[in-house]
Amino acid sequence: MTNEELQSYLTERFTEAEIKLGTQYVEMTVTAAALHETALQLKKLDKLSFDYLFCLTGVDYAENMGIVYHLESVEHRHVMVLKAKTADRVSPALDTVSDVWITAKYHEREAYDLLGIHFNNHTDLRRMFLDDSWGHPLRKDYVDEVRIVER
Amino acid sequence: MAFNIYDFTTLTHSIHVGLAESFSPVVATTIEWVIVGVSYLLFVALFGLFLVYAERKVCAAFQQRLGPMRVGPWGLLQTIADFIKLLMKELIMPRKADWFLYNLAPFIVIIASFMAIAILPFAPGLQSFDFDIGIFYLTAVSSVGVIGILIAGWSSNNKYSLIGAMRSGAQILSYELSVSLSLLTMVIFAGSMQFSTIVEGQRDAWFIFSGHIPAMIAFIIFLIAGTAETNRGPFDLAEAESELVAGFHTEYSGVKFAMFFLAEYINLFIISAVAATVFLGGWMPLHFGNLESFNHVMDFIPPVVWFFGKVLFVIFVIMWFKWTFPRLRVDQILTLEWKYLLPINLVNILLMALVVLTKFHF
Amino acid sequence: MSEIREVIINNDRLATDEYLVNMGPQHPSTHGVLRLLVRLEGEKVLNVQPHTGYIHSGIEKMCEAITYPQIIHLTDRMDYLSAHMNNEAVALCVEKALQVEVPDRVKYIRTIMDELSRLASHQLWWCVFGMDMGALTTFFYGLRDREKILDIFEETCGARMTVSYNTPGGLMFDIHPNFQKRVKEFITYFRTKLPEYDKLLSGNVILRERAEGIGHLSLKDAIDFGVTGPSGRASGFSCDMRKHQPYSAYPLVKFKEILDDRCDTLARYEVRILEMYESLSIIEQLIDNIPEGDYAVKMKGVLKLPEGEFYQRVESARGEFGVYIVSDGKKNPYRVKFRSPGFSNMFALNKMAKGHKIADLVAIMSTLDLIIPDIDR
Repeated sequence: MTNEELQSYLTERFTEAEIKLGTQYVEMTVTAAALHETALQLKKLDKLSFDYLFCLTGVDYAENMGIVYHLESVEHRHVMVLKAKTADRVSPALDTVSDVWITAKYHEREAYDLLGIHFNNHTDLRRMFLDDSWGHPLRKDYVDEVRIVER
Repeated sequence: MAFNIYDFTTLTHSIHVGLAESFSPVVATTIEWVIVGVSYLLFVALFGLFLVYAERKVCAAFQQRLGPMRVGPWGLLQTIADFIKLLMKELIMPRKADWFLYNLAPFIVIIASFMAIAILPFAPGLQSFDFDIGIFYLTAVSSVGVIGILIAGWSSNNKYSLIGAMRSGAQILSYELSVSLSLLTMVIFAGSMQFSTIVEGQRDAWFIFSGHIPAMIAFIIFLIAGTAETNRGPFDLAEAESELVAGFHTEYSGVKFAMFFLAEYINLFIISAVAATVFLGGWMPLHFGNLESFNHVMDFIPPVVWFFGKVLFVIFVIMWFKWTFPRLRVDQILTLEWKYLLPINLVNILLMALVVLTKFHF
Repeated sequence: MSEIREVIINNDRLATDEYLVNMGPQHPSTHGVLRLLVRLEGEKVLNVQPHTGYIHSGIEKMCEAITYPQIIHLTDRMDYLSAHMNNEAVALCVEKALQVEVPDRVKYIRTIMDELSRLASHQLWWCVFGMDMGALTTFFYGLRDREKILDIFEETCGARMTVSYNTPGGLMFDIHPNFQKRVKEFITYFRTKLPEYDKLLSGNVILRERAEGIGHLSLKDAIDFGVTGPSGRASGFSCDMRKHQPYSAYPLVKFKEILDDRCDTLARYEVRILEMYESLSIIEQLIDNIPEGDYAVKMKGVLKLPEGEFYQRVESARGEFGVYIVSDGKKNPYRVKFRSPGFSNMFALNKMAKGHKIADLVAIMSTLDLIIPDIDR
């Protein structure tokens, strides 16, 4: 499917979600509550079959946190972006999609480590790179007076 | 006797007579023991150093490089420098290691090697023991080393060491069978277990030629099993560096590591020397049936040169496949022994017995 | 300690004859500072847990404080064996955001350099794979040929591994006058040497016995785990970004995407060997036709990306490499994420190694071709 077809199909299928055409890919933003169900649908629907999650990025959007899922369908070769935002940044939490795409399990651990986003129902949510005593360095308000030199 | 001039019996006899004249028999015997012991020690140390150097150069040649070139001419002094370095290194022992066994292990390994080397005939008259059960003794003694390896692996209190030792144990126990059975094939052919008789039997033709097909099969099996018994590549599972860091000697450093290292090279020498003695005629020159003049020319090359020439040839072959083949996996190594080498060996013994019975040999 | 406790909690208690072994962070076969917590029963691998972070250098955090041309120099340090592809990904991403069209000359040179890096990386992988299998001689054969590529790199960009040859809008400087001649010399040379690799290792009985049927990764698992690159293609996962999302001069060249459906260690081995042949043929198609022109577009002194999100996928030597830039219109990015192939590939290790022997674990890990700074970033 081309981006336009994909956009119209998604708009038709997911009425709740906010869908727009980004710079390259179709971007769909869903609420935290709808995330898991949407992810399942994206993978299961024959016309979409987004079975390959190639990138999972946690972003700190100042007022809340977000996760950006880059999805591709191996069968149809179309790409889309799924976004979900947490309610706040004090205790950000999202449902895990690791049962949909296995690789998400490890990317979510990375996001948990670097941004402190908690993933509900994740079977093995541990820090990936850093010690337990570290903060979450990719948060915009992260301050480390010893190691970061401000210019 | 064609090689009288090279016979060491005269030399050893004159030493014995000289000593017996000046000392009481007890003192004379003691001095002889010391002389023999010191010369074996010197030989092992020097030949070990030489083998390390040879291995580096052979491996370098296979890998399109020069090998050690800096220390001394063509890097000849490199191994000596390395040995000095090893001697000066700090001996580190893991805190939770078993102190007694940890220190005992290298000695068991090296003593086993020394005991085996005593039986080898280097040249006429140059052999310290000549048992009538020489080969039996050799197979018995050469499997003592594995106890040292098992102890080393266990007492180091390191899981890698333990895995390495267990692999080594399984491997040596299995391949001991093949080594013994292939030697047994040749014992059937030679009709004796005594090394001097075996060598003497090859005066006209080496066993590998006169025993033709079964002897060749036995030789190949012996080479494979012998390599496995010395824990060398492609059977170096016990110290597989990409899997087990250094296997059973991971926790050893300095001179204790040097002992394992030296023992490995002595074992290589022993396996090659046994192969050379039992299959390739020991110190016997190359003789062809009726070519009198050729045989005569060959006789002028000293037996020591023949012996070491053959040994170095076998060592080269073993090094050759170490530096060419990838390592086997532990289950494959056991499959190879129990499913292939052992049945072939048993059939081969039968074949050899038939050959001997029907006198279908040269 | 806490992690060992974790394992015991997650996977019940250790049975009597089970034990845990730490492979790494200092272990000869983890090629760097990866740590694998391996649960064993005798020689049999029951479970592998990779532990990362020993060389985490916070590159994504650093990127937020520096400008776009500066980011390129950090990407070298991630996957240092496919440094050029990483550079290119960032350069392409920034060019896409600024809507800059680079001259054809740049595209050609970038593609040639890409393929040279891929060759160098696959050669080093071959050396190391041989070494992990216990055949130490391969190491020197592979390095001998890799030297020649590194010499070409050195002549053209002044660095041998961390090339930093790309810049947004083109290349840092033009190719060296000798470049074409030396690359052609190298191709003729390497075409004679590549069959040697097969003679030395590929046809070896021991290697085949050890690699065949080991480390099975089905197509579904490859997609689920996001295993890309040669490792993914050996499972039949068509994931070559050069084909699916062509960039630079890849639309202009003919080449095959090497796919294999045997899914085992041997397949991963052979895919890489065949890819070397493909790389050679790609370079051959381009090297004589490098068009004349500028080696870079004149760019502004300070690059400011428009507000938005940009993603660029390239095929690095070990899989799909992605750069995701979130820009808020300033001279430095708001958020940069690198999708590194090694990160996803590594976690398929447990799936592949379960039930095999320790020696197989090492071989499987070797065919995944992990570069630890690429995983840890």
